[in-house]
Amino acid sequence: MMPARDAPAEVVLSIEHVAVHFGGLVALSDLNFTVGNGEIVGLIGPNGAGKTTAFNVFTGFLKPTTGEVRYRKTLLNGLKPHEIAGLGLVRTFQRTSIFANNTVFENVLIGLHRRGRSGLWDTLLALPREKVAEGELADEAREILRVVGLERRAAEVAGTLPYGEQRLLGIALALAAQPSMLLLDEPVSGMNPSETAKVMKLVEAIRASGVTILLVEHDMPMVMQVSDRIVVLNYGRIIAEGPPAAIQKNPDVIRAYLGEGKKRA
Amino acid sequence: MKRAVPAFWLIVLLTVPLWLQDQYILHILITTGIFIIAAMSLNLLLGYTGQLSLGHVAFFGIGAYASALTTLGFDIDLFGLRVVHQPWPAIVGLFVGMVAAGISGYVIGRLSFKVRGAYFVIVTISFAEVTRLVALNWVELTQGPLALTNIPPYTLGFPGLGEYTLWNKIAYYYLVVAVGLVGYLVIGRLVGSRIGRAMIALKENETLASSVGIDVTRYLVLAAVVSAAMAGAAGSLYAHYLKIIDPDIFLFIYTVTMVIMVITGGKGTLAGPIVGGIIFGFLPVILRPFAAPAVQWILYGGLMIAIVFVLPQGIVPALERWLASWAASTRKPASAMVGGNSKSRDGQ
Repeated sequence: MMPARDAPAEVVLSIEHVAVHFGGLVALSDLNFTVGNGEIVGLIGPNGAGKTTAFNVFTGFLKPTTGEVRYRKTLLNGLKPHEIAGLGLVRTFQRTSIFANNTVFENVLIGLHRRGRSGLWDTLLALPREKVAEGELADEAREILRVVGLERRAAEVAGTLPYGEQRLLGIALALAAQPSMLLLDEPVSGMNPSETAKVMKLVEAIRASGVTILLVEHDMPMVMQVSDRIVVLNYGRIIAEGPPAAIQKNPDVIRAYLGEGKKRA
Repeated sequence: MKRAVPAFWLIVLLTVPLWLQDQYILHILITTGIFIIAAMSLNLLLGYTGQLSLGHVAFFGIGAYASALTTLGFDIDLFGLRVVHQPWPAIVGLFVGMVAAGISGYVIGRLSFKVRGAYFVIVTISFAEVTRLVALNWVELTQGPLALTNIPPYTLGFPGLGEYTLWNKIAYYYLVVAVGLVGYLVIGRLVGSRIGRAMIALKENETLASSVGIDVTRYLVLAAVVSAAMAGAAGSLYAHYLKIIDPDIFLFIYTVTMVIMVITGGKGTLAGPIVGGIIFGFLPVILRPFAAPAVQWILYGGLMIAIVFVLPQGIVPALERWLASWAASTRKPASAMVGGNSKSRDGQ
């Protein structure tokens, strides 16, 4: 419970005393942590520890019972998901979330919504600037597909892609929304080792482009390697926080994972 | 080739009165055309944003009544205040009808998009029923069951050329075609754009759509307003063509007719409501010589069930698939069909 912080970068996401109660069930209790600009922070914990609940609170899909969430000084409490995405705090989902009936390219175009400027009249009157804007969006969509390595799949219907590529498309959708901070919910779950390595490289590349990352992941080697700092949740509270090496030796963490954490890490 | 097909249909559409002499068929074409416009507007909500509005006829009826009352004028007592409206030209009524329907679309959109699914369906049905009861009981304004009669035809003014009043069926036919084309282009532009992508995203996965920053309510309300205004325009055409409207215009059966047109033709496709509309608009006419009215309805229902059963996505998507596989089998390079709205791009 000792927040051991390194040289403090500018705090972008700050969680203060956040609690979530579902009736009598305490899903999160008194959550306090911050994420600095440009950091990759891993949020780990056993199943049911409250990681996805925390993501839902940060991105406006769930209202915290108490506490405050701030992103770059803006209070997020009460904002709708699309407004939070509008601030640049964008998430992915644990279950594969893509527009399965649309092509891969259309998926990314939908994701680029925030980037587009065309309004109702531009569209109805077919103004030249709408055509220009659409062309720019198409270029950006191709660029994003290149970054995640799906450029060859552009014309395929998203629902027909293999599982790993659907997960990558989920990340591409989030990237299209122009995040300044990305919340990744189990990005490599169900992926084979080579796909996992690809995603790890991608995560590094995304950070290198200036995006802060908060990561929920069960794949311990992946999360330990990619994260600068780890926050460990158990039963809705933070039981440890620190650099990966320290977390792997932390007795509370090892106990939470029933000794498994040490072996797998 | 891709431009030739719409051009062909456009020529057919525009030359109908030249080779069709039967006034009765022309009448059916006009009323069917009006309902196709209404069905197209419903398709924007149902096919592209995925919201089933079972009160869509309310927008149609509001457009009809608002347009008729604007044209006829009225003199009513509103909470002790005498409100008198002198008659305005019918063409102004068309715009008033669209605006009135659009505003009610906005209100219903704001109210109902807080509730989704079955609750939204119930709210829209109730809304249509309430408007029907208002039309029935506010006798001073609407003449209730006595109906609004002698609704004047549209008059188009051309500066320097005088006025032209639409007296005959041919004139109305062209007006309906013109309004229908505008509606088709508006929907086509919308769904092929950033706005349309936002709508489709909402239909497919609302949570994911909002997570990438799409304002769910905003685009649903936008779709509701455009859809309602278009239904209102159809209602106005209906009122000024038939010259009489009564509260039965709000009957549930008309909504059902529009839904059938959209679903059988193919929801979420531009041509779907047109194909479905032509089939179900003309079915009673085709069946009339052969079957008693009761049998007609049975055949009507049977055909609908058969279409939905055999082609659950509708006729147009099935045809597109069939054409695509036919093109592939003849070894021609199949043009990449992107989504169901490829027609929107060659329509312009």
